[in-house]
Amino acid sequence: MKAGIIVFPGINRERDMAIALERSAGKKPRMVWHRETDLSDLDLVVIPGGFSYGDYLRCGAMAAQSPIMAAIRGHAARGGHVLGVCNGFQILTEAGLLPGALLRNQGLRFLAMDCHLRVERADTDFTRHYQRGEVFRAPMAHGDGNYFADDATLDLLEGEGRVIFRYATPSGEVTPAANRNGSARNIAGIASANLRVLGLMPHPEDLVDPLMGGEDGKPLFDSITAALAA
Amino acid sequence: MKAVVTVMLKAGVLDPQGKAIGQALAGLGFSGVGEVRAGKVIEIELTGTDPEAAKTQAEEMARKLLANTVIESFRVEVA
Amino acid sequence: MARDVNQALAREFGLSAGEYRNVLEIMGRTPSLTELGVFSVMWSEHCSYKSSRVWLKQLPTKAPWVIHGPGENAGVVDIGEGLAAIFKMESHNHPSFIEPYQGAATGVGGILRDVFTMGARPIANLNALRFGDPKLARTRRIFDGVVRGIGGYGNCVGVPTVGGEIDFHPAYNGNPLVNAMTVGIADKTKIFLSAAAGIGNPVVYVGSKTGRDGIHGATMASAEFGADSEEKRPTVQVGDPFVEKLLIEACLELMATDAIVAIQDMGAAGLTSSSVEMAGKGGVGIELNLDHVPQRETDMTAYEMMLSESQERMLMVLRPDRQDIARAIFEKWELDFAVIGHLTDTGRIVITHNGQVEADIPLAPLADQAPLYHRPTEETPPQPPLGPVADPVGLGAALRTLIACPDLCSRRWVWEQYDYTIGGQTVMRPGAADAAIVKLDGRSRALALTTDCTPRYVQADPEAGGAQAVAEAWRNITATGALPLAITDNMNFANPEKPRIMGQFAAAIRGMAAACIALDFPVVSGNVSLYNETEGKPILPTPAIGGLGVLEDAAQAVGYALAPGLDLVLIGTTQGWLGQSLWLREVTGREAGPPPPVDLAAERRHGDFVRGEILAGRIAACHDLADGGALIALAEMALAGDTGITVEPGGDAAIWFGEDQGRYILATADSAGLLGRAAAAGVPAQRIGASGGALLTLPDGDTISLAELRRLHEAFLPGWMDGAS
Repeated sequence: MKAGIIVFPGINRERDMAIALERSAGKKPRMVWHRETDLSDLDLVVIPGGFSYGDYLRCGAMAAQSPIMAAIRGHAARGGHVLGVCNGFQILTEAGLLPGALLRNQGLRFLAMDCHLRVERADTDFTRHYQRGEVFRAPMAHGDGNYFADDATLDLLEGEGRVIFRYATPSGEVTPAANRNGSARNIAGIASANLRVLGLMPHPEDLVDPLMGGEDGKPLFDSITAALAA
Repeated sequence: MKAVVTVMLKAGVLDPQGKAIGQALAGLGFSGVGEVRAGKVIEIELTGTDPEAAKTQAEEMARKLLANTVIESFRVEVA
Repeated sequence: MARDVNQALAREFGLSAGEYRNVLEIMGRTPSLTELGVFSVMWSEHCSYKSSRVWLKQLPTKAPWVIHGPGENAGVVDIGEGLAAIFKMESHNHPSFIEPYQGAATGVGGILRDVFTMGARPIANLNALRFGDPKLARTRRIFDGVVRGIGGYGNCVGVPTVGGEIDFHPAYNGNPLVNAMTVGIADKTKIFLSAAAGIGNPVVYVGSKTGRDGIHGATMASAEFGADSEEKRPTVQVGDPFVEKLLIEACLELMATDAIVAIQDMGAAGLTSSSVEMAGKGGVGIELNLDHVPQRETDMTAYEMMLSESQERMLMVLRPDRQDIARAIFEKWELDFAVIGHLTDTGRIVITHNGQVEADIPLAPLADQAPLYHRPTEETPPQPPLGPVADPVGLGAALRTLIACPDLCSRRWVWEQYDYTIGGQTVMRPGAADAAIVKLDGRSRALALTTDCTPRYVQADPEAGGAQAVAEAWRNITATGALPLAITDNMNFANPEKPRIMGQFAAAIRGMAAACIALDFPVVSGNVSLYNETEGKPILPTPAIGGLGVLEDAAQAVGYALAPGLDLVLIGTTQGWLGQSLWLREVTGREAGPPPPVDLAAERRHGDFVRGEILAGRIAACHDLADGGALIALAEMALAGDTGITVEPGGDAAIWFGEDQGRYILATADSAGLLGRAAAAGVPAQRIGASGGALLTLPDGDTISLAELRRLHEAFLPGWMDGAS
């Protein structure tokens, strides 16, 4: 698997992502500066977390207009794999590669804590190393992670099986208390229709080492590494 | 001339900031406060002189970048 | 701004009559407005340390592992494997009172620049915060703004906020303290300093544009607040963490080349202090043409540009043949890059603007003749002994009160707004251990980081309190298994012109120095913040200590979360010291008595023993004993590990809530072995309980469920901040 991490100005979790990818894939991903335009060497394009353009205007809005987005769109259109985490998820929705939008957290405060995610589908290239219904822990760290889409879009996502992760209790119940940012239907991560573009708010890349408190996030990177093993 | 773009969350999109402002106003003793909604105002200096063209241009900017029409609506005024 | 320069204006600028006379003598004429501005900020308390310098010299600053002590932008210590840790703590107290969000945010930004300007990638932020009485609406507003500001800036620049401390006391009602600490890592052979060199070399300005923000911030930080302080709002600077992030990346990219001769951030007093200090340290002259300074506002005067405290700016001296490489890097990061002058051999700073010479000052006398005051001191009289104290409530009620009180309740509400996992190296998160543990990327080595001070002890006995602050930082690092290496100090005191306050300062330094020497824990950087009083009401003297230690293997670190099936052993001597304890204050309503004495030899012996046991892999959890004493420490261990404790019977409130120093609680599977080794090492140790179940069983047989304890512990901050709005 050849992975590349897109670096927009203000992105700040690119190194965390590189550590997680290297841990699973055994080789370093390529850091791709946002002014580059050629992604044809990559199997997996990752947009990491951070505050691209300072989160000014709206989170991800300015990055979504950046020239490299044309290349990312092309990669996705060719059936390539794209992973967007946190700000990366926001950028994917702003660019229209995933539906919906991420609003301010319902409590209007930044949330830095571990959350629990229930795996809704274990038959995607990103989740095969999890079991369906399995719950795993992931740190979250965001001010704008409140997933919103209109009811028709939400119904479509559910109908097509594109909700991949939901906020849940450690025992897997989908409750309002487990949904700290207020996301519609507890949605933490969704995929494109072909299941190859995945966006999620929490940070599985920050929990891939027992020393940091666990390896709950590692199956996600093991899954995509296995799926794209050349 | 100057284009003023007002961006608001669409009706039906929960606006926790507006809600918090409303509660704070009530807490300060202001009575008769109904729904409060918070948005943003973006002022853009434009070098052109044709107000119609400026408006069209600012609307294009709003659609493309300044507003996210999934969740927001906008209004453009040119002065 | 066409004002005549005279003594009256000099006074407005914060210069005394004597200081202004010196200015006239150095200049040999009446200074221009810009020149007066330069003198006033360089000779302000903030930049010149004129009241504190004579005392600061008493602090030990050397050790074989110290690479750079005080005098550079931050302190530098050797942490092994060819790496250096670069760190410092700095106050942003006055700006945080006037505008809490921006004050705290720009405090974080400023200390980050002090660290990355030396070539380090910042890997951790901490903050030591003091607020007034929580019953006041103003305290709540300031607290909210400060927490949001620290989070807003730190989260955006992408440096994890991993630790810190918070105290409440009415003495901070009109003067909160916001002390921010940053720790960075660099190759120890590639440390960047600020001394300019190379006549003719270009002086380069990078970062954000200059506006009129914060003019006279340095002199504001050097004067008492009056009732009109809120009117000074327009001088507050606004931070842009996005630009700071770009500046970090651009500077580190440039530092990988050999382009930089010297570099310094533009902090307090902006362009003035950076250019004067760089040229002064290098023993060269400097000529600046302000026409080339990137400006955000129109028609700025030389005076305004020299004194602006616009954020996110740096000044560099470059090798002329590398100027184009540097320019390309800053343009890539979309930051301003401007050559605004060059170094000269004149020994003077010459500032021109619009073809006019606006300032021409000899640098040596500006530095050498900076005021230095040996201000009168008056010792704080010793507190009368406390005498016998009756326990009005019993152990269970006192525990319930203390675990929920503002000074001891959970800080979860705060740290959940700070990104503490970014970087993927946070081994011990907030609330998990006595010091935060941050691993070095790609290595097994880790740093242990803490901030500490117990201001009520310092108030009651400044010397003992100063020693205690250092000892507690050392103890907190030791309790994780790490070896303490060095400290940064942030000396927050009131008006130094009052002998009692200057006496507090001098005594605190004495105590700190003794502890630093006894514990091999030198001071490598620091900051002094004086005049922390509003309308004559002084703060508690607060010498906040930021401590740094190193662990060769991060996997050896222990926290205080308790697992079941372990014995709990108390290390150290318990007399039952209630003077200045939180039990005395929260349960009996008294702030009285002398604070607990610190026996530095015992501190060292106990700590070295504890660290040895941890590194030998025999300890499952460790917690130092501090505010609230043994029973609070046990409760915190139980809550962190969600495991109950049965405490051995016997002992009264003084035994269980006394704040005797030099103590730890260790959790171990083999208490007999531990007690034997302690006896052999001459370290007092006793088994005080065992872990298991879901109850805390107190020495008097009373029980409290972990669920109730947790509810009490977690209630205050969310209820105070979110519940009442």
